[in-house]
Amino acid sequence: MKTMIALGIKPVDSQERAPGRRWSLLEKVLLGLTPRQYLSQAVRNPMNWILGLAMVVGLPFILERFIFGLGAVTHSSNDYPWGLFLGFGLFCMVPLSASGFMLGTTVEIFGRHDFEPIERLALLNGLLGYLFAVVYLLVDLGQPWRLPYPMTVAFGPAAVLFLVGWHVATYLSVQIAEVSASFFEWMNWLWGKRFIRRIAVGLTVSGIILSTLHQGALGALFTYAPGKIHPLWYSSSFQWIHFFCSSIPGGLCMVIAVSTIVSKTMAWRCDETFKNSLDRLTVSLAKGASMGLITYLTIKLIAVAHDNEWAYLATGWGQWYLFEIFFGVVLPLVLFARGIRYNQVGLIRFAAFVTIFGIVLNRLNTALVAFNWKLYQEIPHWKEIVISLAIFALYVATYRFILYRLPILFAMKPLPQEVPVAAAETVRAHNTPEPAPVAAYRTGLDK
Amino acid sequence: MSGMSRRKFLVTSLAGSAAVTLAPACKAMASGSFEGYPDGMGVLVDLTRCIGCRSCEAACNKEQGLAPPAQSFEDKSVFDQTFHGGQKRRTDENAYTVVNRYDPEGATKPVYRKSQCNHCNEPACLTSCFVNAYTKTREGAVIYNSKVCVGCRNCMIACPFQVPAYSYSSAFNPMIKKCIFCYETRLKNGQPPACVGICPQEALTFGYRDELLKIGRARIKANPDRYVDHIYGESEVGGTAWMYLSSAPFEQVGFDTTMGKEPIINNVKDFLGTVPMVLAIWPALFTGFHLLAKRQEHGTEGDHSNNEES
Repeated sequence: MKTMIALGIKPVDSQERAPGRRWSLLEKVLLGLTPRQYLSQAVRNPMNWILGLAMVVGLPFILERFIFGLGAVTHSSNDYPWGLFLGFGLFCMVPLSASGFMLGTTVEIFGRHDFEPIERLALLNGLLGYLFAVVYLLVDLGQPWRLPYPMTVAFGPAAVLFLVGWHVATYLSVQIAEVSASFFEWMNWLWGKRFIRRIAVGLTVSGIILSTLHQGALGALFTYAPGKIHPLWYSSSFQWIHFFCSSIPGGLCMVIAVSTIVSKTMAWRCDETFKNSLDRLTVSLAKGASMGLITYLTIKLIAVAHDNEWAYLATGWGQWYLFEIFFGVVLPLVLFARGIRYNQVGLIRFAAFVTIFGIVLNRLNTALVAFNWKLYQEIPHWKEIVISLAIFALYVATYRFILYRLPILFAMKPLPQEVPVAAAETVRAHNTPEPAPVAAYRTGLDK
Repeated sequence: MSGMSRRKFLVTSLAGSAAVTLAPACKAMASGSFEGYPDGMGVLVDLTRCIGCRSCEAACNKEQGLAPPAQSFEDKSVFDQTFHGGQKRRTDENAYTVVNRYDPEGATKPVYRKSQCNHCNEPACLTSCFVNAYTKTREGAVIYNSKVCVGCRNCMIACPFQVPAYSYSSAFNPMIKKCIFCYETRLKNGQPPACVGICPQEALTFGYRDELLKIGRARIKANPDRYVDHIYGESEVGGTAWMYLSSAPFEQVGFDTTMGKEPIINNVKDFLGTVPMVLAIWPALFTGFHLLAKRQEHGTEGDHSNNEES
C-alpha cells in the first residue's frame, strides 16, 4: 500500500471521488484502487502471505476435526475436557477484548471526548475479540450446531455458563450496534449513524453490565472445580472479581498494543488526528491500566491471605505463581510508572505487551497448567496449536480488512452538501457547548 | 435538550430491564442445601468384601450395550495398567464402572475399589449444565439427556469425582457417557442396577439411602477393627447415593478425602449472588455517572476535548 501511495494514489477516505461523483461500493472495497492495483499490492504485502500460510496450513486440520471428531486433533480427554481452544481462544480473547466497554464508558459515560480518536479502535477490538472467541468455541464444542440451544431449546438458568452464553450473545449484538456507526458512515447511511448515536448511552451501559458479569462469569466457571485447580489460582469468593479486574488492564493494553501495531504497519490509514493524539492517549490508557493492575495485584494477594495459602508459595507451584505475578503484573506496573513519570511512550508500549503476556499467562495457568494439579499436566496436541494459529490468523486478517476500509483510524469526509447536517448532528449528539473539536474529528471540517 | 435526556433515560432503562429479564440466571440459588429425595435409592459398596472379580464391569457392559472391551473381563492384568501421570484405570465411554486394585500400607491383601458415578444429592454436573441435560430423579439416579447436550464439557470440569466421560471419537453425535444407575431398564421399576445384581460377594448393597446409612453404621459398630469409622459419601460434597465402607484409609484406596462436605455449587454461590445486584445497580449507577459527568461540562472546569485537537 505504501508503494501505491508513493505513486500518488490516495486510499478512499471520503464519500466523493471527485466533485459530484461518489465512490461506488466496489471502489470503496478496493480502497479506490483498480482491481489490478489492488491485487498487486495484496500480493506484495508479506503479511498477507504469512496469514494466508497460517490459514492454509490450519484448514485441513479444522476439516479433520469436523470429520473425525475432537479426539483426532486435540489432547482433550476425560481428565482434561478443555484444551487450547477454550484455554486460549475463550479465556484469553475475552479479557483482551474488554477494550470496547472500557473506552465506551470513558467517552460516552464520563464524557471524555478527548479519547474519541481511539474509541472506535477499542470498540472494533472488542467486537472482533468476542467474535473470534465464539469461533474458537464453535471449534471446541462437541455439537457446535446446538450453540443456540441454551437460548431456545433447553434452559439451565442456574448455571454460570448459561449466563456466559446469554451475555456474550447479547454483548456481541451490542458491540455490532456500536461498531455499525463506522459502517453506516462508510456507507454514507447517516440515518443509521444518527440512530446509533441516539442509543449510545443505553448501549454503553448495557455493555458495562454485560461485561462485568460475563468477564466475572468466566472466572466463576472455575469455581465449579475447587479440588482440581491449584489453590493459588483458585478462589471461591474472588475468582470472578480477579477475572473481571484483570480484564480492565487486559483490554486497555490491547488497545495500546493494537494502536502501536497499526501506527507502525498501516500509518497510511491513520489520519492526523489519530497520529497526533496517539502518544497522549497511550499515556492516558496506561494510567488506567496501572490502576487496574495495582488493584488486581492487591486482590490477588488478598485471595492468598483469605484462604491462607502462603505455605504454597514455598513450593514449585508457588514459584510459578510468583513468576506470573512478577512478570505479568509487577513488572508492567513498574514499567508503566516509569513510562508515565518520564513520558516515555515507547516504554509504556512495551509494558502493554508485557501486561498482555501476563493476562494470557494467567488464563492459561488457570485453565490448563494449574488444572488437575494433583493428576498430571497436559500438553496440547500440536494440531490444536496449528488450528489455534489458523483461527488467530483469520482474526488478524479480518481485523486488517476492516481497519483498511471503515473509518476507524481516520474520519470519513462526508459529501459537501451534507456537512452542515452532519455537523449539527454531532453537536446535538454530544451535547457539548463547544462542538468544534469533536465535529472537527468526526467530519473533518477543519481539513 | 430535556427531550434528549428523557429519551436517553428511557433507552437506558429499557436496556436495563432487558438485562433484568435475564435475571433467572440466578434463580434462588441461595436456598438451603438439598439432602436428597426422601425415598432416594443408593448403593453401599463394602470394599472389605470385594475380591476384584470384575463381574460388575461385565454386567454393566452388557446392560448398557457398550462396546466389547479390549481385554476380557476375566483378565486380571488390567489392575497393573497405569495411564498418564501414573493413574489407574478410569471410567470412559466404553466403561461406566471400573474396579481398581490398591495396596494400602500395612495391609496383607490388596483392596479393590469399584468406581462409577456416585449420583450426588446435589450433582455438580447438573448445576453446571447450561441446557439442563442432567436430572436427579426421585429414585436417586443422575441421568443425562444427550438430545440437548451441546458438548461444552463443563460437567466434566465440575464433577469432583472425574466421572463423566466424553465420546471424543464421534464427530457428529458426541455425548457424555456415564453410569446412569441403570435408570431406564431397572431402577425405574424398583430393581437394583446390573452390577449389584451380579456381585457374587454381596459387596454391593442396594436400598434406600437412609437405610444404607443405618446398615453401614451397624457394620462399623459390629466390626470396629475391620472398618475405618467413616462412610464415604455420607456427607462428601453434600452426600452421594453411592457410598463406601473401607478397611484402609480412604485416601490410600483412590478416594479424594479433601473435598469437604459442601455441595460444589456452594463455591459458585458467591458469584451467583452478585449477578442480580449488578443487574439492578449498574444501570442507575452508570447512567448517574453519565449525568454527573455531563453537568460538569457546563461548569468552570470546561470540557476536556479542547486540548490539543482544536
